Amino acid sequence: MADITAGKEAEDRVAVASNWKLVWWRFRRHHLAMASGVLLIFMYLIVLAPDFFSTQNPERTDARQAFIPVQMVHFFDDGSLSPWVPAIVGKRNPTTLRMEWTTDANKKVPVRFFARGYTWSFFGLFHSDLHLIGPVDPNQRIFLLGSDRLGRDQWSRIMHGTQTSMTVGLVSVALSVILGVVLGGISGYVGGKTDQVIQRLIELLQSVPTIPIWLALSAALPRDWTPTQVFFAITVILSLVGWTTLGREVRGRFLALREEDFVLAARLAGCSRMRIILRHMVPTFTSHIIATSSLAIPVAIINETSLSFLGLGIRPPAISWGVLLQEAQNIQTLALAPWLLIPGLIVIVAVLAFNLVGDGLRDAADPYSH
Amino acid sequence: MPPTPTVIESAVSSNEPLLSVRDLRVSFALDEGLVRAVDGTSFDVMPGQVLGVVGESGCGKSVTMRAILQLVEKPGRITSGTIRFRRRDSNEAVDLAQLPPRGAAMRDIRGAEIALIPQEPMAAFSPVHTVGDQIIEAILLHGHRWQAGGRKLSRGEARDITVGLFRDVGISMPEQRVDAYSWQLSGGLRQRAMIAMALSCKPRLLIADEPTTAIDVTTQAQVLALLRDLQAKYNTAIIFITHDLGVIAQMASYVVVMYLGRIMEEGPVDEIFHAPKHPYTRALLQSIPSLYGQTRVALPVISGALPHPFNRPPGCPFHPRCPDVMERCSAAVPKLEPVAANQLASCFLHHDKAEAE
Amino acid sequence: MTRYILQRLLLLPLLMVIYSFVIFVIIQAPPGDFLTAYVATLASSGSSISAEQIAALRHSYGLDQPFIVQYLLWVQHLFHGDFGLSLEYQRPNAELIGEQLGLTVALALFSFVLTWALAVPAGIYSATHPRSLGDHILTVINYVGVATPNFMLALILMWVAFAYFDISVTGLFSPDYVNAPWSVGRVLDLLGHIWLPALVLGIAGTARLSRIMRANLLDELNKPYVVTARAKGMKEWALVLRYPVRLAFNPLVSTIGWYLPMLFSGSLIVATVMNLPNIGPLLLRALINQDMYLAGGILLIYSFLTIVGTLLSDVALALIDPRIRVER
Repeated sequence: MADITAGKEAEDRVAVASNWKLVWWRFRRHHLAMASGVLLIFMYLIVLAPDFFSTQNPERTDARQAFIPVQMVHFFDDGSLSPWVPAIVGKRNPTTLRMEWTTDANKKVPVRFFARGYTWSFFGLFHSDLHLIGPVDPNQRIFLLGSDRLGRDQWSRIMHGTQTSMTVGLVSVALSVILGVVLGGISGYVGGKTDQVIQRLIELLQSVPTIPIWLALSAALPRDWTPTQVFFAITVILSLVGWTTLGREVRGRFLALREEDFVLAARLAGCSRMRIILRHMVPTFTSHIIATSSLAIPVAIINETSLSFLGLGIRPPAISWGVLLQEAQNIQTLALAPWLLIPGLIVIVAVLAFNLVGDGLRDAADPYSH
Repeated sequence: MPPTPTVIESAVSSNEPLLSVRDLRVSFALDEGLVRAVDGTSFDVMPGQVLGVVGESGCGKSVTMRAILQLVEKPGRITSGTIRFRRRDSNEAVDLAQLPPRGAAMRDIRGAEIALIPQEPMAAFSPVHTVGDQIIEAILLHGHRWQAGGRKLSRGEARDITVGLFRDVGISMPEQRVDAYSWQLSGGLRQRAMIAMALSCKPRLLIADEPTTAIDVTTQAQVLALLRDLQAKYNTAIIFITHDLGVIAQMASYVVVMYLGRIMEEGPVDEIFHAPKHPYTRALLQSIPSLYGQTRVALPVISGALPHPFNRPPGCPFHPRCPDVMERCSAAVPKLEPVAANQLASCFLHHDKAEAE
Repeated sequence: MTRYILQRLLLLPLLMVIYSFVIFVIIQAPPGDFLTAYVATLASSGSSISAEQIAALRHSYGLDQPFIVQYLLWVQHLFHGDFGLSLEYQRPNAELIGEQLGLTVALALFSFVLTWALAVPAGIYSATHPRSLGDHILTVINYVGVATPNFMLALILMWVAFAYFDISVTGLFSPDYVNAPWSVGRVLDLLGHIWLPALVLGIAGTARLSRIMRANLLDELNKPYVVTARAKGMKEWALVLRYPVRLAFNPLVSTIGWYLPMLFSGSLIVATVMNLPNIGPLLLRALINQDMYLAGGILLIYSFLTIVGTLLSDVALALIDPRIRVER
């Protein structure tokens, strides 16, 4: 008998749970998706305050410190918790006359967590000189992920690149979603001539070869625009073509939902059209939209990275992952400094995390859709 | 008053059962736990007999039939029991439960000895192949059923056979219909085509899994009449699965009543309908709405609800809903024992034997 | 169905007209024109050019005409098959494009074939052996493949080849065959070089396709018609390939329309990184330098190929799926 009541209690809990609770419970069971979600939250923390996570000013150049290899953090020094990085030793190559750097594990440069470093401001609200990790001696320069050809610290640049790339991804998808839901919704709900026009527009945009058009649009941006303007322009460009898939799906949903009995019931109860759309129809597929969007963000990130890599997206001195990868274009350079590929690894990890979260959300929100 | 059943006389060619299921158990290993979908069923099917299997959705009747054909999908598997079947060409019975599901022996039996009419004719045909193609494929697979002596059947011959089959099951314009796609046919025609496919290799046992559930009442009457004709003509045994007692009354000569994976009662159709022994059978019969029943009275229902598969009641599976429940019923599981001349029931009201648990 | 195809074919010229206008707008959008960029290049290298010369050049190129006139002139030339002159290379665009087009198409087609040849069996295997070791390995490969931008993969492969094996994997031909006329040897040489860029180009698509195939097939394997086929006594592999795979495959065919154009445009990035002859880099330079007729011509060709690709995939889908073919 006890079994039956316990079972019934569980059934009751499920019966009264709201849709979001159900989605959350189902999502929780995907361990990979949960882990990826945590990773993404962490990355968005970096987006909020990249300076906190950096060790030095990303723009700081020093041609004498070009191509310094990765100085890996070691946490233990002779058994005690005392983090350090190996010091760099330089040697001038007699044939190329270039400085060649190697790490010397015998010379230890102590580092600490929550170190003092250069000052930075948090959105102009307050200033701080605290950093997550840094050298004990603030005048020392450490290169946790090596340096590039201008002697800039790659770790700090990656932190700032994270801010740009992840924001572009998020904002452009947000714009796409708005466009898609609004236009798709109007198209599906109103029907008739409006629907036909919007449908043709979607077909037109979808059959456009995306990358060439993106290139063309990006090349069309005036050279004298500030990096911020370019940043916003790229975001808008990416979202302009991306909304069509969501628009089609939303339209399809609206068309199907229009015939549903609960919509008829709402109309008979006297609800206005707007209220029916917003309160009754949209909530049925909100979770689907969220799942789809989270799968669209990594696509936007890859696109921005590719564009910037080619020189047509975010432009230096603004930093994004694509901009950082421009340094890796030359094979000879890469052979000399393979750590320049690390921004690419970060891209892969971020995209992977988004895809896992997106898949988890999709399974949780809409298990029968795909 | 329950409808009077029509008994189907069929020539029983011998007294040996065609199919003999003993203590079959099928379990599904789901994420949430182990579900015992079939928990010890035993019954016999005689040659040419129509056996009706009746029960609520989820009682395990379909799974039992799938198990006979070794069509149980992972994560389900037959955990114990025997399914003895007498093949056409031998006097020895073979235990189907021991045969590997994908092996050649089982494949030979499927279609040629035991055929299945699946539940939804709508979805049972592939939508991108013509119905004729799918039937021809079955015929060619078991060509020896139509062509003795080992000569291979040609495609043209198979097609002719298919046209003949369509005619037999009452499909008009068979020549054209053979080249139609399933979604071009109406529900009734599709079901007839399905029956034609099942009969295409002249099986000795036909398993009809709720063949009339998905069609309207008029078509249902036609399909049932068709099945009766074919059964009489070819002397095929049929296991007829349904939840509709009225259909059972029309078609079956022997009835098995299942609940939660166990057999509650079995017996000749007359006895079951007129003298049901098990409280579940009685409740089922009582809940049939009747034209002659009292008006302005709430329809009788079986109290309680079907338990969740993970919350199997201990003891007799029906006891939480039984109007005649006794103390013993929650402690032990009653065995299926004879309770009258030809009937068996698993109920402590009528006998004392419990399953060794 | 023929009516449907005819409809689409008739729409083609209309679409091309719309595209040509949009493309022209985009090309003209950046302030200044080819000459501005040209003058800037001259200035940075030390030479200069007088204002009259600039004006004369502008006039001779027709760059001082109003926008609409320029557009109409361009369209008129296009009608005669004249793609115009490249302002930068001073050669007919048709020649420039023609040189690279063949190889671009070859790379895209090769990648397409490779993608499908890998993705479909992988998807079928994954769906029929769910949660097996092979399935898990393939899933990991798929996830990483989708997550890796194709130029990143190109970079990694090229770096590994160069740093550890001292091979240079650029170009589509070995040095002896680069400018040689076509021969069997040249074709074989091409095949030997093209598989790597084709793989790089197609890996994201392969991963995506294989996941979709796996998902579709998993859905279909549970359907009643599969049980019917098994109940007939068919061999497991025969029935899987004949029935659920066929049905799982259909939705994929409708995506062919997007694959071909995607491959054409995707090849652009890979070609730039791997230094392959491809109209992609040509387009890039033309866009940056505002070599407008060249850019316009290439974009127009891309658009045309995209529309044709979509049409082909719709036709293919109608051919293999009787539900579409018969009911239309």
